[in-house]
Amino acid sequence: MSVAVGPPLWLLFELTYRCPLQCVFCYNPVDFAATQNELPTADWLRVLREARALGSVQLGLSGGEPLVRDDVEVITHEAHRLGYYTNLITSGVGLTQQRIQELKRVGLDHIQLSFQDSTRELNDFLSHTRTFQLKQRCAEWIKSSGYPMVLNCVIHRLNIDHLDAIIDMASRLEADYLELANTQFYSWAHLNREHLLPSRAQLERAEAIVQAWRERLQGRMRILYVVPDYYEQRPKRCVNGWGSTFVTVTPDGTALPCHTAKMLPGLSFPNVRESSMREIWFESDAFNRFRGHGWMKEPCVSCPEKDKDLGGCRCQAYLLAQDPEAADPVCAKSPHHDVVVAAVERAQQSRAPEKPLVFRRPENSRYLAARDSANENLTPSQ
Amino acid sequence: MSAESRPAIRSGFRLQWEPVQNAYVMLYPEGMITLNTSAAEILRRCDGSHTVDEIVEELEVAFQHKGLKDDVAAFLDGAASQGWVHMVQP
Repeated sequence: MSVAVGPPLWLLFELTYRCPLQCVFCYNPVDFAATQNELPTADWLRVLREARALGSVQLGLSGGEPLVRDDVEVITHEAHRLGYYTNLITSGVGLTQQRIQELKRVGLDHIQLSFQDSTRELNDFLSHTRTFQLKQRCAEWIKSSGYPMVLNCVIHRLNIDHLDAIIDMASRLEADYLELANTQFYSWAHLNREHLLPSRAQLERAEAIVQAWRERLQGRMRILYVVPDYYEQRPKRCVNGWGSTFVTVTPDGTALPCHTAKMLPGLSFPNVRESSMREIWFESDAFNRFRGHGWMKEPCVSCPEKDKDLGGCRCQAYLLAQDPEAADPVCAKSPHHDVVVAAVERAQQSRAPEKPLVFRRPENSRYLAARDSANENLTPSQ
Repeated sequence: MSAESRPAIRSGFRLQWEPVQNAYVMLYPEGMITLNTSAAEILRRCDGSHTVDEIVEELEVAFQHKGLKDDVAAFLDGAASQGWVHMVQP
């Protein structure tokens, strides 16, 4: 079936997997430490030009921590010149007042600063770094440089009970936007799921707190709050549809339709070192693989909602049903929905998880990659 | 908002012509809205120097259509509540 393919409006550069933080919910691949050969500056600049010609207009500079690279300014400058709206997505580590001024000068449009919690103790524990005070300073610098301040705090079982304090902190920092997205369960968050999936009672309290703050703030600070999709009855329209809007370029130049797609078996993803963005977007097998409906199975094929959610997330279908073509098991119609129900039921119990919390650090990445390749005939575990 | 208000696009937002989409878009942190012609024609004039009345007048000439005042005011109210525009004091 042929599908009309629109422009890749959203381009995400994961400039590096290097990161001083070790967050337990990181969406970078579990085997990130195997990536050594980061793209050089000239390749990032070429990809910017090629993608802009196809209609890319939003650029995310992310990682890892993008600021560990010293060419963020050069890349931003070229992106601005080409007409991109440029978003720097950072933990704040590596940000200085001088660097903000330089980024502003070369045309950076927006800085999104992440926090892990409202308390120094939990922020520093979850990221395994002493970064809380640095982040507070960064927030002040961002604000005083005249940027709209967008704070992001990933929410999960370990910090959701601090939501009131987290919103209060953002409000005191005079944030314009606060993104409170519950962890979705991929990569490191999937490994740590039992530690991170909140209970229903936690989510209900959180919802009420967000609502109360929204009324109190009267739009002075906009709050985006996203619940974990495990608690939904229908899947999310993941990345607005495979190959419809998003392209992620990973540190080694692999182009992906979403930032976790590399985990999917049986797909060979193109690399910007070998293919142009035009070939990647329009012609590559990987980007065409889940466009349209042709790949779907039941219950998606006959589902009246298939155009709305497009069967949900391919990575979640693989992680939970071991089949990238299955309906996303979050869907109550999925024959594998019981896996999600079981995880949600476990989250209502107060017992301690059996496995320890795994931090996103290179030693753990290498250990897990070696373990997985030793077990490569086995399907992924729950 | 009064007829003498001077609307301007807020910092962090950017109105831009996108040839591939053949449309004006409003860009903002991690987001984009593709604008229809009338929205784009109003927003293009939100430069902090045109008053609402002047915008209405220009549009009535450009589109050869009288009585746009209420539509423009309603659109600008919406755009202000979305945070796209704010009113600049003369």
